[in-house]
Amino acid sequence: MKAWPALIAGILFGLGLTLSGMSDPAKVLGFLNIAGDWVPDLIFVMGGAVVVTLIFTPLVVKRARPLLADSFSLPTTKALDKRLVSGAVLFGVGWGLSGYCPGPAVVSLLYGYESTIVFCLAMLAGMSIEGRVSKRLG
Amino acid sequence: MEQFILPLTGGLLLGASAMWLLLSMGRIAGISGVIWGAVAGPDRSWRWLFLIGLLFGGGVTHFALGQPLPDPSRAPMWIVAISGLLVGIGTRMGGGCTSGHGVCGLGRRSPRSAVATLTFMALGIITVAITQMLSGGAL
Repeated sequence: MKAWPALIAGILFGLGLTLSGMSDPAKVLGFLNIAGDWVPDLIFVMGGAVVVTLIFTPLVVKRARPLLADSFSLPTTKALDKRLVSGAVLFGVGWGLSGYCPGPAVVSLLYGYESTIVFCLAMLAGMSIEGRVSKRLG
Repeated sequence: MEQFILPLTGGLLLGASAMWLLLSMGRIAGISGVIWGAVAGPDRSWRWLFLIGLLFGGGVTHFALGQPLPDPSRAPMWIVAISGLLVGIGTRMGGGCTSGHGVCGLGRRSPRSAVATLTFMALGIITVAITQMLSGGAL
């Protein structure tokens, strides 16, 4: 499988996150602060992104295969279960505490702040812990 | 209206990135999955290239186009650490984050992603409301 298209996708994603203001935790928290001094920017970020994926995803996955890979690697899980909701709950609380979600946290490493390094290390630790615990629980 | 041009342009670029990755490689641009896959494998190489591109794209915005760097989170360091831990546990347990569920999953019309997105948005809003109340608006 050719991997270079991922570099282009990453560049576009990095541009999108930083131009849109998603890498600014104050803007993200301002958006989530609906009872306070609400910052509406993220509606346009999410709206713009989702309009594109809503229109083009069906057209793309109609193809027999991707341009440079043998098949589409799409999620197969369908279950609306406790695991999905609990995960989203924990993620939402974590997101609301700092204003960082994974993409903006990685791109913010560029700024050299101690807090984004701490965030990313803690996130990796959390991912590793989750894998071990859920394996043990079976 | 003018202050929304950058957020909208950024959003369109995020969508374009996700569609390019799907069209070219058949992959979902879910950043939490890309990060964990880059560390734990399999198929590490495209994920590392994506992450390198992510930093490069951010660099273009700030160092070539001159957009000012945002300030770091105002949350105290121990809160940032807990936040990262919860984001790590939650995104792996729930199978995605703002990008995988929010941007890509909604575009695929996935019911799982719709449930996840509504849930993490709601919890984000509740969490900010509580921290604002407790900190008296300092966070």
